[in-house]
Amino acid sequence: MSTIEIRKVTKQFGAFTAVKDADLKVEAGEVVCLLGPSGCGKTTTLRMIAGLERATSGDVIIAGQRMNELTPQKRDIAMVFQFYALYPALTVGQNIAMPLHYENLSKSESDARVMKVAQIMHLTEVLDRMPNQISEGEKQRLAVARAIVRDPNCFLFDEPLSRLDVELRHSMRGQIKEVLTGLSKATVIVTHDQLEALTMASRIAIMKDGVIEQVGTPHEVFAKPTNVFVASFIGTPQMNLVEAELQSFGDGKASVVLAGQPLSIAADPAVSRLKPSKVTVGIRPRAFTTVQDKSGDTIAAQAELIEPMGAETLIHARTSAGGDIRVVVPRDKRVKVGEALHLKPDPRQTHFFGADGKAVRA
Amino acid sequence: MAEHNSIWEALGFRKASGVGEAGWGRTLAVAIVSLIYFLPVLFIIFTAFKPQDAALSVPPTLSPTSFFGLIPDQFVFSPTLENFGSVFKRSMTSGGAPESTGFDRYFFNSIVIASSSVLLALVIGTLAAFGFSRYPLKGNDTYLFIILTTRMLPAIVVIIPVILMFRVVGLSGSYTGIILLYTAFNLAFTIWMMKSFFDELSLDVEDAARIDGSSDTKVFFKIALPQVVAGLAATFVFGLILTWNEFLFALLLSGPDTRTVPVAMNQAVSSGGRGTDWTLLAAIETLFLIPVFLVTFFLQNHLLRGVTFGTVKR
Repeated sequence: MSTIEIRKVTKQFGAFTAVKDADLKVEAGEVVCLLGPSGCGKTTTLRMIAGLERATSGDVIIAGQRMNELTPQKRDIAMVFQFYALYPALTVGQNIAMPLHYENLSKSESDARVMKVAQIMHLTEVLDRMPNQISEGEKQRLAVARAIVRDPNCFLFDEPLSRLDVELRHSMRGQIKEVLTGLSKATVIVTHDQLEALTMASRIAIMKDGVIEQVGTPHEVFAKPTNVFVASFIGTPQMNLVEAELQSFGDGKASVVLAGQPLSIAADPAVSRLKPSKVTVGIRPRAFTTVQDKSGDTIAAQAELIEPMGAETLIHARTSAGGDIRVVVPRDKRVKVGEALHLKPDPRQTHFFGADGKAVRA
Repeated sequence: MAEHNSIWEALGFRKASGVGEAGWGRTLAVAIVSLIYFLPVLFIIFTAFKPQDAALSVPPTLSPTSFFGLIPDQFVFSPTLENFGSVFKRSMTSGGAPESTGFDRYFFNSIVIASSSVLLALVIGTLAAFGFSRYPLKGNDTYLFIILTTRMLPAIVVIIPVILMFRVVGLSGSYTGIILLYTAFNLAFTIWMMKSFFDELSLDVEDAARIDGSSDTKVFFKIALPQVVAGLAATFVFGLILTWNEFLFALLLSGPDTRTVPVAMNQAVSSGGRGTDWTLLAAIETLFLIPVFLVTFFLQNHLLRGVTFGTVKR
């Protein structure tokens, strides 16, 4: 079975801990994205799975077999590198054929495999060229072609699309997803681009400072972030995270003082257990409705800066306490700079985080 | 890949493309400076073709032809090939019969000794450089530094211990001895040069090859080595020039049979008690130039890429 599992994997470079106690399981046919800011240890995690980096402790299990001590060539994996890592002295065709050399195929069989992959990745025209004579998009496709030419245990992608321009990235995202769907292998993709992760992954593992903060489907990590970091990292524009004081909880509603204003909002009963009362309230920019009049469940703020984003408009609003709140409104909602707004948050898209930064849910 | 339009380009000559973007003025300025640099070499080459009396005449003769009367007669010499003949065969005593000078042997020695020691250093040094670059030891930099210290002292300082070592092991005067010595000297340079070339390569490519099933040996030969061909060419040429012209160690460590051209040259001009034979010396030097000149010429395209390697970021 094509699966990947890492158990309590830790990597230390001298005194620096790059990855700490990482647990992750990838089933066959599943695409898991390791997502995080640069330097969070996601590439190191991938390199430990590949065997290019040795885990300081913990187990790396591929296809049900512990592989910590095995060299990369014995792990039967395929990897696509960030800078493609094409063999500069070999032609495109020879690049694709390289992984096949070690399967002892006949020349005709190997040629047939190369041709088949070249057709899938639209590289038949450039098979005889050298890697430095093909376009950036072709290089990327070549890197993928080289990975899928064999039938490995699993696929690893290290920032596969970071070098492409926006348009190409978009089309390659679709192509890679399509190819991977047909292969039903365990796949790990490292990326710092949340859009890439949200669109390509079956599940996303979000990393920060060497720790996997949350693993979940794209929907889960967006709708139910486990902590402040995940909440702020996923979603554009960023979630509003506002310091608030929890006054009381009753009748399924929490009463808080937020940006100097009292606010009553429906919340999970678990919120009542929060002590001390300092909380962080997270509200997505798209979770606000602007209402005419001030009431107990609105936040008053003044529009400071208006950024049209096409279909929607992003408003930076300032509360009287000086806090900044990002609000996204539909395009047809006209707002002028300096206008007073009454913002009513949607309770279902409002999150409470305790003083430790963890989300409070039942 | 550039298309080869003519046999000249196939041989490595560059396509004539006019003066290019620099314009005539700058091209001319560069040409003049180059000529000034080349003048001493040119003068030697001309001297090799001069009859003896013309070589020492005052004012000096400067041109083998008058360029249709453009150059006054006293600056013109009539070229002769006689000097080249006497490099290999001449009378050693005044009035004696012409006898072989042994220079064919010395040229052979120079070629064998220089090329084999540079090649040997290239093989060992490239492997060592890859090791230093990819599998660093504890105290890697210290070892590299120690390797370089072998070239920090002037030859004259280390010559005595080297002579003693060679005497003890019985290597002085033999091909093996001088080749090993030159190999050792070239190694320091080769390791440092090649290490910097390997350091420039993308490690991802080698990791990819490992994942694709290559052993470390295959990674070296199939992936890393083809990428540093320019570096190999540059290192080879620089090493060859250094070794080809080396004099002091050759003088003290080569025997009568293993004598190299620089040593023989020295003896040819200072023996016989007739004063220095400048035209003979010039003829030897001219012949001596040819092998290095040819090697450099045919490797020049690689060489240019080699010496500018790594200055342009990917």
